Amino acid sequence: MPVALVGFADPVLDAQACFRAVLDAMARPGSIHQVGGTLVAPASLCPAAAAVVLALVDGETSIFIDPAFADAADWVRFHCGVAPTPDASVAAFVLAPDLPDLRSLSCGSDEGPEDSATVIVQVAALGEGAVYTMMGPGLQYPRTFRATGLPVDFVARWAENHKLFPRGIDLILCAGDRLAALPRSLSITGG
Amino acid sequence: MNEILQGYNFAYLDEQTKRMLRRALLKAVAIPGHQIPFGSREMPLPYGWGTGGIQVTAAVLGPNDVLKVIDQGADDTTNAVSIRRFFAKTAGVATTTDTATATIIQTRHRIPEFPLSENQILVYQVPQPEPLSKLEPSRGETRRMHALAEYGSMHVRLYEDITRFGHVAISYDYPVMVGGRYLMAPSPIPAFDNPKLHMMPALQLFGAGREKRIYAIPPYTNVRSLDFDDHPFCAGRAPHPCGLCGSETSYLDEVVVDNKGGRLFVCSDTDYCETRRAAGHVGADA
Repeated sequence: MPVALVGFADPVLDAQACFRAVLDAMARPGSIHQVGGTLVAPASLCPAAAAVVLALVDGETSIFIDPAFADAADWVRFHCGVAPTPDASVAAFVLAPDLPDLRSLSCGSDEGPEDSATVIVQVAALGEGAVYTMMGPGLQYPRTFRATGLPVDFVARWAENHKLFPRGIDLILCAGDRLAALPRSLSITGG
Repeated sequence: MNEILQGYNFAYLDEQTKRMLRRALLKAVAIPGHQIPFGSREMPLPYGWGTGGIQVTAAVLGPNDVLKVIDQGADDTTNAVSIRRFFAKTAGVATTTDTATATIIQTRHRIPEFPLSENQILVYQVPQPEPLSKLEPSRGETRRMHALAEYGSMHVRLYEDITRFGHVAISYDYPVMVGGRYLMAPSPIPAFDNPKLHMMPALQLFGAGREKRIYAIPPYTNVRSLDFDDHPFCAGRAPHPCGLCGSETSYLDEVVVDNKGGRLFVCSDTDYCETRRAAGHVGADA
């Protein structure tokens, strides 16, 4: 199938800008950043999620793409030079339309907690909807964070993930051209 | 605007290397204080001159960043000047010696005296990322010790200092606990700088090129210098005011000025000292 969609207009500087947004999002959990505004993404992907994939994924890593994003598989294959893996449990990146079962993904080992999945989740909206309160590294004071589209039992599922620290899964939430990140080190209440 | 050297990618490193570094950096921020192995590249300067710091800076640097590089606090030493020039040439970024206007500060062995802000990233050049290296030579074993948070041997090392000298005799690279979980080498910054690691508003990234490790401290993270209840951590400072700006709180360098035993104590942070002198502060030797 021909891949008609272009990637970053400037592969070097756009990737850098996207990475800095993700780095800042990860360092200051709950902060919302704009990325990928001008990117023409595959129909099912929002520009932010597409930009994160372009900026971080290549043939040296692995990505699992949820069947809901099947139309993005060829685009990822072409732009990132990686064949998506059919097995989510070994993937370094997981691209999903909603929060997958975190227990089914790689959470790293005690000696190598970095060998864990980063889940790029596409949510309905950031900055509105359910209110969560977060505390952890990166936050001077407990901070509230709002998102629409996370499951109702998100706080309980996150607590299970946070309990594994230093092992665990890190989330990058994307909605439209905005993203926020939730590293495993966070404790989250509310919902 | 600087003239960009033709024939190189932006900020020297190729994009695949940057992505590898960026993936490692994101995991480093998610696991504060944990050392992440990375594929350190050969750089156009030898190991020990800041190859780890340069690779981290190259991975985060963007065209709108303003870069400051310090070496033992000074902006004007060979190492600092050449790294600043390297990025001016390969990335065309603006450079500065002013701590407040810099967005990325690459440092060798100091934290600036002026407090850093949330909009800044501090990149450390790290010679030895493993705080347990002098106690346990095997990297396989220290990895396991970190996995189990088994840091008793470091406490014994501090205790032995106390029995022998009456105090912990570590004046630089003083080990810290990050987020209450990982023992971390803060790179050879003086113990005087250790309190600044705690709850710093800026993001702190550490790169060790020869040892091929990256680690990080996110902003506002709890960082505690290792100590005992009855021997609390105590940061030392030479008991003199700065000879040039008169500061009684900054970290000082001792400079031999003649062959008759003459000595001058000056701020190690040159930008801090110059800013104070420009504001009218005058030391006894100025």
